[in-house]
Amino acid sequence: MAYPPAARSSPPRQPSVKVILASADVQRVVDRIAHQILEKTQGAANTVLLGIPTRGTPLARRLADRISTFEDVSVPVGVLDITLYRDDLRRHATRAVGPTELPSGGIDGKRVILVDDVLFSGRTVRAALDALNDVGRPASVQLAVLVDRGHRELPIRADYVGKNIPTALAESVKVTLAEIDGTDEVKLYGGTHS
Amino acid sequence: MIKHLLSGGDLDADTATEILDTAAEMATVAGREIKKLPALRGRTVVNLFYEDSTRTRISFEAAAKRLSADVINFSAKGSSVTKGESLKDTALTLQAMGADAVVVRHPASGAPHRLANWVDGSVVNAGDGTHEHPTQALLDAYTMRARLGRLAGLSVAVVGDVLHSRVARSNVLLLSTLGAKVTLVGPPTLIPVDIAGALAPATDVSYDLDSVLPNVDVVMMLRVQRERMNDSYFPSAREYARRYGLDGPRMRRLPEHAIVMHPGPMNRGMEITPEVADSPRSTIVEQVTNGVSVRMAVLYLLLGGNNR
Repeated sequence: MAYPPAARSSPPRQPSVKVILASADVQRVVDRIAHQILEKTQGAANTVLLGIPTRGTPLARRLADRISTFEDVSVPVGVLDITLYRDDLRRHATRAVGPTELPSGGIDGKRVILVDDVLFSGRTVRAALDALNDVGRPASVQLAVLVDRGHRELPIRADYVGKNIPTALAESVKVTLAEIDGTDEVKLYGGTHS
Repeated sequence: MIKHLLSGGDLDADTATEILDTAAEMATVAGREIKKLPALRGRTVVNLFYEDSTRTRISFEAAAKRLSADVINFSAKGSSVTKGESLKDTALTLQAMGADAVVVRHPASGAPHRLANWVDGSVVNAGDGTHEHPTQALLDAYTMRARLGRLAGLSVAVVGDVLHSRVARSNVLLLSTLGAKVTLVGPPTLIPVDIAGALAPATDVSYDLDSVLPNVDVVMMLRVQRERMNDSYFPSAREYARRYGLDGPRMRRLPEHAIVMHPGPMNRGMEITPEVADSPRSTIVEQVTNGVSVRMAVLYLLLGGNNR
């Protein structure tokens, strides 16, 4: 027996987009991480924030800004470019090398907090640890991320997590920040929902 | 990014600027305690030198090693080349050994172009005959930008033996692309008649160094290549030095900010006097340092990604 076509075929499946954090949420999350850093480091003394480009850089600056607002402590901020330390260079077209800018006091003997937007496989953080190794010898290294989406391929975990987002591998998390993209938002793309 | 770097003319303004910007980042590595990056780990760079050139070979070798590439130095002297092996057979041997890049210096103009047809990897021209030397032009451009802050609008005099100078050719091509104005200066016998128009239309030619000096931002002195002087290009070394050599009084006619460059090795007392070569205006030592950074940038941009 033949069914009419409309009854047999399901409606077209649309890739879904879900806003996980809106602008106000992102600000709240950054504030919370700043508080956690102050608490865990007991006042953020002898601490340096190093942003991992692209979006780790403005995040690190925001954290330093919030820390100085909450406790009147000035935390030096730097940028750690990891391009040349990636283990997937050969899989992509050549990536442009960006600047690494360390604070004037350097990082030797300091508590370095690496800052990134999304923690996923852990390979970016591994590259960052290698890069750190070549530019100095911190007393300790911690990791702050806005979003942890899981699926680690290396034994790496973050010390400060803005939001844990359970994801499927097929999904992707996109962070936008006002300094770069004009708006603060965290969105989850992919997975197909009818 | 391009696959090979054979000529200063291979680079458009964006690509050349990308190389110079990357070189600036590479230069920060030289100031570190650990002068090493893992970017080219597992890649093999062959320095294939059919002509002696310690300076260029060491510069490429240092650049490749700082990026963690494996380096094989191949010198034609004492190799199968002296037994009659052709460039093509050498290329096929390198291919079979899995060279990812071949840095080639050859006395024949155009040899790197031929080589590029025979190997799968990238070919970098490290000087071919009297033709081109693009990484030298890049390091010169990098040095000018570092000292003077810009390239567009600069007035550059390239002085001396233009006829035999691959440095001059590559510089004219690259600097014109980047918006600088080049004037070739030298005795008429050492400046090919149609060279300015053939390389870059805006290039000027002058036979009078003294009239050019007050209006330039950069003076690039070329080495008088005695080994190629198989004809009477000028009456005597003394005559050449008097008309086209850069000495103290001539240097003082340059604008305050102007710099003096030389690709090396220098004939002190011939094209440049020790007073000029050792003055604060001279960038000769910086050029050597910058050469490593620029070659790191070139090797990284050619080999660092999956650009095949």
